[in-house]
Amino acid sequence: MREGARISSVLYPRWYWPSFAAPASVWLVFLFIVPFYVVLSAAFGTIDLFGNPLPVYQPWYWSTATFQDILGRFYGTDAFYRPALIRTLVFVPAASLLCLIIGYGVAYYVARHAGRRKGLYLVLLISPFWISYLMRIYSWQGLLQPDGLVNRILAWMHVASSPVGWLQGKPSTVILGLVYGYIPYMILPLYGFLDRIDQNLLEAGRDLGAGPMKTFVRVTLPLSRQAILAGMVIVALPMFGDYFTNDLLGSTKTAMFGNLIDNAVQSPGGGPQAGSLVLMLMVLLVVPLLYYLRSTKRAQEAA
Amino acid sequence: MSTASLSVRRWWKDPWRKPRFLQALTWGYLAWSLVPVLIAVAFSFNAGRSRSAWQGFSLRWWVGDPTAAESLLYRPELRASVVHSVWLAVATMLIAVPLGTLFAIGIDRWHGRGPGIANFTMLLSFVLPEIILGVSLFLAFIYLLRDVVSLGSTAQILGLVTYQISYPVIVVRARLLSIGKDYEEAAMDLGAPPTQSVRRVLLPLLYPAIFASAALVFADTIDDFVTVRYLCAAASCEPISVKVYDAARAAPPPSVNAAVTFMLVATLLAISVGFVAYRRITKAERAGPAGREFIGFQV
Repeated sequence: MREGARISSVLYPRWYWPSFAAPASVWLVFLFIVPFYVVLSAAFGTIDLFGNPLPVYQPWYWSTATFQDILGRFYGTDAFYRPALIRTLVFVPAASLLCLIIGYGVAYYVARHAGRRKGLYLVLLISPFWISYLMRIYSWQGLLQPDGLVNRILAWMHVASSPVGWLQGKPSTVILGLVYGYIPYMILPLYGFLDRIDQNLLEAGRDLGAGPMKTFVRVTLPLSRQAILAGMVIVALPMFGDYFTNDLLGSTKTAMFGNLIDNAVQSPGGGPQAGSLVLMLMVLLVVPLLYYLRSTKRAQEAA
Repeated sequence: MSTASLSVRRWWKDPWRKPRFLQALTWGYLAWSLVPVLIAVAFSFNAGRSRSAWQGFSLRWWVGDPTAAESLLYRPELRASVVHSVWLAVATMLIAVPLGTLFAIGIDRWHGRGPGIANFTMLLSFVLPEIILGVSLFLAFIYLLRDVVSLGSTAQILGLVTYQISYPVIVVRARLLSIGKDYEEAAMDLGAPPTQSVRRVLLPLLYPAIFASAALVFADTIDDFVTVRYLCAAASCEPISVKVYDAARAAPPPSVNAAVTFMLVATLLAISVGFVAYRRITKAERAGPAGREFIGFQV
């Protein structure tokens, strides 16, 4: 293997392989890294004579006025952004945890007990990936209408006497919407992991006298810690930036951090505000993000 | 101890008992996950204006009366947005897949510190919430690049490619790892110069991954409504996804159900075409689980 690597580096000129990566690298520099710099420049920019936002590209002229203004909306006396932040910090962990509980059960069943029908189950588990997020949430909008199927079933079962306003800003609707939207991203990695667990380990546990429950708690669960954490990060990261689930299933009463960003982008001259909010979101996400990137790198090295 | 509690205990201790609870959970999950979508598809055939109360079957929201201009086929702006969606998806696919494939080959073979940094940036663009990328591209286009590219179709394509480029990279890299370097080195031992061993040996081996990622990029671009929404200033550059998103916030008629069903069919078609191509090319090598690339991402 070593020999092979040396041979190829002799035969190929030094610039040969880097030149393959060059076009996409240049693309990423101009359309991924430079835009981030523009976010900084806009967030720390000033306003021109007419009061329009003016990004500043020299770091030594940066002003933190807008950023501090936005930060002041999260604490202090006039903290009208704070509820959205608190909701995000409650909704996202709650939804991620629900994803884990449901997702682990489903992934465990398919990995361990599906038997000959595994292929069918896998197709059904993967199919939500091919249905757009928009359509999946849109479908629920119809079901949750005042005269929709959910209220009809509740009335038929005599649970609710009058139609429930599911779409009028109910936190439970938004949390379940998030679970519904992101749970496929939890199930597949968990399945991939549980399917690879060595059966011999489980049989060893059983031979040593552990019942099924004990085998699960003492063998399977500790082994899957890494996969659980990775799955939680995979679903939580996009949820933190989610604004559309609440837009379609909630109201301003259930607005999340993503809605603050979306509203700022949509309002004229809101660029600097949107930039500041994006920076704050990135600060919030940097720890789970780095953890995820490190664990995937480790998994790649192990493979 | 009563016999009832004894039998419960025995049932609980039995290592071979059927996991009824997990089975119910799985079937419940699958129904919860897929039935709502089927209901939404069904309501695109509703005879009335409601998307929650069934009023009989009709094709009115698909191909209905041209003069009423309420169906997907005859409502001009819906039709235009479908065309725009397909155009964006094709353009994004044609740019992102070659760029990503070359990138994957490059960082797989190039030794040093460069590929690590490049790959980190690529992964970052993959896992960040889409709104972060969408907002930063939006700000770049309205401030820094205002005189170069204005908001519109070109900006949308540039943004979509940036967001999608990591798909071919991940899929092609996985394939590169599984095929190894043997074939290429054999070609070089037989005297093929570098360019030929890449073009005649490596590239054909990568075709399955390239087809798979092209299908993924096409399908995902049709469904995108975050980046494209920020990078489009006029109604004329709104794809069907953005139209649906805006309509869904008001009181949408079942023609919107028809529109989302159309998106679903387009996505499934792209995936099926990619999958069939993938199966045909990899017919000879059926070692691993077929079509793993189609799961869309790997952990």
